Amino acid sequence: MSVEQLLQTIAGYLNGNDIFTVNTLGMYWDGFVNTVQLVFISLLIGLALAVPLAIGRGSPLKLVSKSIWLYTYIFRGTPLLIQLYLAYYGFAFVPGIQDSWLWFFVQDPLYPALFAFTLNTAAYTTEIFHGAIKSTAKGEIEAARAFGMSKAMMMRRIILPSAFRRALPAYGNEVIFMLHASAIASVVTIMDLTGAAYYVYSRFYAPFPAFIFVAFIYMALSFSIQGFFRHLEKRLLVHLKPNNR
Amino acid sequence: MKKTIHILSAVLACTTLLPQAASAREGENVRIAVDVPYTPFEYRTADGKLTGFEIELGDALCAEAKLKCSWVEQSWDGIIPGLLARKYDAILSSMSITPEREKQVLFSEPYYLTPSIWVARKDSAIDIDDKASLKGLTVGVQRGDIRDNYLSEFYADTLTIRRYATAEDVATDFEAGRLDLAMMDYPVALETLNFLSPDSPYQQVGPGIREPERIFGKGAAVAFRKRDKELAEKFNQALETVKQDGTYDRLMKKYFDYDIKI
Repeated sequence: MSVEQLLQTIAGYLNGNDIFTVNTLGMYWDGFVNTVQLVFISLLIGLALAVPLAIGRGSPLKLVSKSIWLYTYIFRGTPLLIQLYLAYYGFAFVPGIQDSWLWFFVQDPLYPALFAFTLNTAAYTTEIFHGAIKSTAKGEIEAARAFGMSKAMMMRRIILPSAFRRALPAYGNEVIFMLHASAIASVVTIMDLTGAAYYVYSRFYAPFPAFIFVAFIYMALSFSIQGFFRHLEKRLLVHLKPNNR
Repeated sequence: MKKTIHILSAVLACTTLLPQAASAREGENVRIAVDVPYTPFEYRTADGKLTGFEIELGDALCAEAKLKCSWVEQSWDGIIPGLLARKYDAILSSMSITPEREKQVLFSEPYYLTPSIWVARKDSAIDIDDKASLKGLTVGVQRGDIRDNYLSEFYADTLTIRRYATAEDVATDFEAGRLDLAMMDYPVALETLNFLSPDSPYQQVGPGIREPERIFGKGAAVAFRKRDKELAEKFNQALETVKQDGTYDRLMKKYFDYDIKI
């Protein structure tokens, strides 16, 4: 089926609805794509950053552990909205930045938003993983030592795999929180789901349909994420289930 | 000639007054609601006196229609419900005529319509009339207001439209260099970008835009309850007179250095 045919079918279903036209639904769709893209990329980079940071957070070197602690302290201690404002409006007024190569990234609202979201989620994820690493059972570590494993090997084979499993439920929460927190992206002109809802609201003065529709989309997204993590937990945490013999 | 118009309008006012005089409102005060401040339309002077273009215009209209009027302050959110609940009898507070509002209230003839304008940097060479040359430029606009509708309809394929929560945010990003153009209501642009001052980096490009009426509206008008047709008619006649006898132009020149007459 071609795009035009699809649009015509949708237009038929809409049946002359004033607010939900093919035009505004297209806006919601663009918003959906932007939200998913923004959240997915920042979570992915945030996760990649969080693993080494979580290991470093427990490092015996005070300089390393304390500076990582300071980073998570700052990013968890301030509202994401403030971080987003700083990334978007703050950087743009650094003298000389408009003439440098960095301007390409600062100019577009997407990159400052990605920057703020990534650092924020990385800070939370670091603390989640750090907690999980710290709570590794002593027996597992002693057993690994008894096998003569090096520290790196112990980390790779024993501590991290079990820590990830224990961190999974908390991390699933963080992913959902991130999705919900991304609703503030519209304040820096990104047309995310909330931005699209806001546009429809202010154009038709119809807050209820505009926001209830977008709430359902967010809910569907949240439930899909929840389902995904439940599936993962079922597979990976099978050894923690009570034994019904 | 002018005198005959005066006499005529006075006679007209009398004839419309007669049936009114018989009704319940005889000698009653007409209470007019206004949302303060909205400079320069309505604001308070340092000593607390209510003044502004619409205040003076309203007083002139009441004097012309020989009505006793008083001002009631009311915040914008509840201004139409308050009218319907008889807390006051009219709204004279830059209320634009829209189909949604027309369902609830009765509007007089419009008395002003500010133009919407394009603003660009002084050092940019933007030719706003050459639509093809605008391709790839970025324009900032307040989200969901009529200029957003205008841009979305006519410039969606040409310009990148960035939508902001407030006009101040547009100004900030304009200053940060993220925007090539901004589209704003004239008085708002004047307030936030101050583009008329000689050391401002911005300037208006192209003429003021008021068309199509479907988007930019018919202008601001006085709102009444639907049943108060006689009162609305009195205001319409008074408006016609002050527009012609120079009172309106005098007030407009006092408060604005651009044309808002319609």
